[in-house]
Amino acid sequence: MSEVNPDITDSPLGQYQKRRSVFPKAVDGTFRRLKWAIMVVTLTIYYVTPWLRWDRGPYAPNQAVLVDLAHRRFYMFDIEIWPHEFYLVAGLLVMAGIGLFLLTSAVGRAWCGYACPQTVWTDLFQHIERAVDGDRNAQIRLQNAPWGPAKIARRLLKWSLWLAIAFGTGGAWIFYFADAPQLMHDFLHGTAASVAYMTVFVLTMTTFIFGGFMREQVCIYMCPWPRIQTAMMDEKSLLVTYRHWRGEPRGSLKQAQAHPGAIGDCIDCNQCVAVCPTGIDIREGPQIGCITCALCIDACDTVMNQIGRPRGLIDYVTFEDAEKEQAGKPTTPVFKTLFRPRTLAYFMLWGGIGLGLLFALGSRTRLDISAQHDRNPLFVRMSDGAVRNAYTVKLRNMESRPRTVRVTMEGVPQAAMWVGDTGSREAAGRSFETKLDPDAVTKLRVFVVSPAGDGSRQEFSLSVQANDDPYPSDRHELVLERGE
Amino acid sequence: MAEQKRIDQPTGTETVGHEWDGIEELNTPLPRWWLWTFYATVVFAIGYVVVYPSVPGANGAPAGYLNWSSRENLQSALDARQSELKPVYAALAATDITALPGKPELMNQAIAGGAAAFKVHCVQCHGSGAAGAKGYPNLNDDEWLWGGDLATIEKTIADGIRQPGHDATRMSQMPAFGRDGILQPAQIEDVVSYVRTLSGQEKGSASSARGQALFTANCAVCHGPDGKGSRTVGAPNLTDAIWLYGGDRATIAQTVTNSRYGVMPAWSLHLDKVTIRMLAAYVHSLGGGEAAPAPVSAPEQAADAASAAPAGAGNVGG
Repeated sequence: MSEVNPDITDSPLGQYQKRRSVFPKAVDGTFRRLKWAIMVVTLTIYYVTPWLRWDRGPYAPNQAVLVDLAHRRFYMFDIEIWPHEFYLVAGLLVMAGIGLFLLTSAVGRAWCGYACPQTVWTDLFQHIERAVDGDRNAQIRLQNAPWGPAKIARRLLKWSLWLAIAFGTGGAWIFYFADAPQLMHDFLHGTAASVAYMTVFVLTMTTFIFGGFMREQVCIYMCPWPRIQTAMMDEKSLLVTYRHWRGEPRGSLKQAQAHPGAIGDCIDCNQCVAVCPTGIDIREGPQIGCITCALCIDACDTVMNQIGRPRGLIDYVTFEDAEKEQAGKPTTPVFKTLFRPRTLAYFMLWGGIGLGLLFALGSRTRLDISAQHDRNPLFVRMSDGAVRNAYTVKLRNMESRPRTVRVTMEGVPQAAMWVGDTGSREAAGRSFETKLDPDAVTKLRVFVVSPAGDGSRQEFSLSVQANDDPYPSDRHELVLERGE
Repeated sequence: MAEQKRIDQPTGTETVGHEWDGIEELNTPLPRWWLWTFYATVVFAIGYVVVYPSVPGANGAPAGYLNWSSRENLQSALDARQSELKPVYAALAATDITALPGKPELMNQAIAGGAAAFKVHCVQCHGSGAAGAKGYPNLNDDEWLWGGDLATIEKTIADGIRQPGHDATRMSQMPAFGRDGILQPAQIEDVVSYVRTLSGQEKGSASSARGQALFTANCAVCHGPDGKGSRTVGAPNLTDAIWLYGGDRATIAQTVTNSRYGVMPAWSLHLDKVTIRMLAAYVHSLGGGEAAPAPVSAPEQAADAASAAPAGAGNVGG
């Protein structure tokens, strides 16, 4: 035990500190089971999602969730997002940020303790470690044992298993970016794009290193979240708390029996430290290394049950309640802590952005028009004195089917227009019809001609309406320059 | 602010020894792996310096082990693009320009290539938007001095206008009516009056009536009896709204007095056939391109002349 300092943040003096391995002990309890459940759910979502199919017709991919970087489309079930609609994704990211604030002010670092990929994969890797090397004590023995065939064999087995999982993790990632069955086939036959192999390699190595070796170092030194956390926490945030007023002075069971009343409930069995995945001692109070995974609560409750003392020596307690308890006052009911102005404000903000995004999603048009006036030359004088302006018109058909649309001009009553490629001034009119490819932008050069002496600068608009739609979808305001 | 390093009791960590209003800083040790990461970046940097050009010198950076250069990178990308375009160039070389409208994809490639070539060879006179300037025709409009169909534009670009020493070039010369003493200044004023009535810029007057007779005698041979010009000799249409040098009295008088002699290079002397074809396709696509393969013929003009009537003086509008 002396080789293994129980507290990672108790650093020896000096400029650099060697990482001290953490050998968390297996534990069972409410929170451990919750962690299992969350691990199963999150990993299932991660691995299964790319394989879900979703019928979108012949002109779009049939993968339910697909980030199609090559064609700049993002598919999520019934939602298709084009690059110019990226604000929806940005909104989701803002929601995720505020969601973290909400979660933090309500239940503390629950994200760190249960759902963070670093936590989930580290947990998985530790589980495998226990299966190969045995529990905490066996792991420590093996760590201290000299290198020999047995140790090498075990290390190779453990690392191979880790690598296999890491490969599976990195491998699953790429399926979000291409058709999963096809990519799987190509990947196995060595014909996939080199970026796929590079991505898998990088993610395999980061998973292997972060989950197998870096572990709590990522949380303590690399992740910015613990720093943001200190600003997000308040006296009503849930923290994993050691009830020192109940536990101290700590002493062994024998001492407690010898001096009843003089020794607290903590029997100094060190189980809370033994199970901690980041290797801290929660009895020192709140600290940056605590990811509030609550495994120490499970461990302590087990011990309290065994020695017949009340559970909850280590427990989720808010800072405020801790002070009240010490002063012998009644604590705040849970719902009052959860539904306080701060969490409500975060929730309103979070929900408001969510509603706004839903509204934006529901009201967005799937057919739109934009036009750019030629700047050089701004206008062209025709031989009969009329003025011609040219516009680059872009028609965006965001539906996965070909559509026939009509573009109509409103304003400048004397003017007429035609499409540069196919029309002519003789065949000019107030509107034209054109066929649009599915899920594509159609670019047209449109000429507008207006007779001489029809005023100076005039405003008009182009609107687009699909033939199978009773209403125009979109309108673009433009200017006709006459140079007069 | 005394240097007082001490051990902080709760954390067991040494302080750095500074204190500001009671606030002290812990000298928390850096993790050892962080140090190794730093060493790794140093090793990487040394490797980079050896492999890639990194150290600036008076004559550029040493090439480095890989002999990598951004210029070579660009050149190879350009070469790759050139070889990609080879089949397009071959197809364009084999396709007569009159057949291009039947091949929309090739036409679009020709227009794109022409737009690029235009930016290099033509913008100096015709402007980057091909809108021209005084003396340099606007290529966007529907007025063409020598004809606006694909084949005619291609010929105009290839052989130029009044290119000295080039037999195939388009040639014509307007007399300098004033300078050479063919018309007297007063007569020129009358011709100007008449020409301006043709395009509706002036109302008929005694001066314009005198000018009409002078126009019929001196100008109609090229500009036509009705002033609609002739594309066979590049004589501009005087009845429309487009004036190459200007349609005001002073400018027209200047034109009649000294004549105009616009020159365009014969680009076949400088450019290959395919580039010229692409340029023609681009110019034709600007909005004024004509479909009719045959330029307006002389008999038609004669017929026009029979129905209409007037006559007048010279102007190189276009």
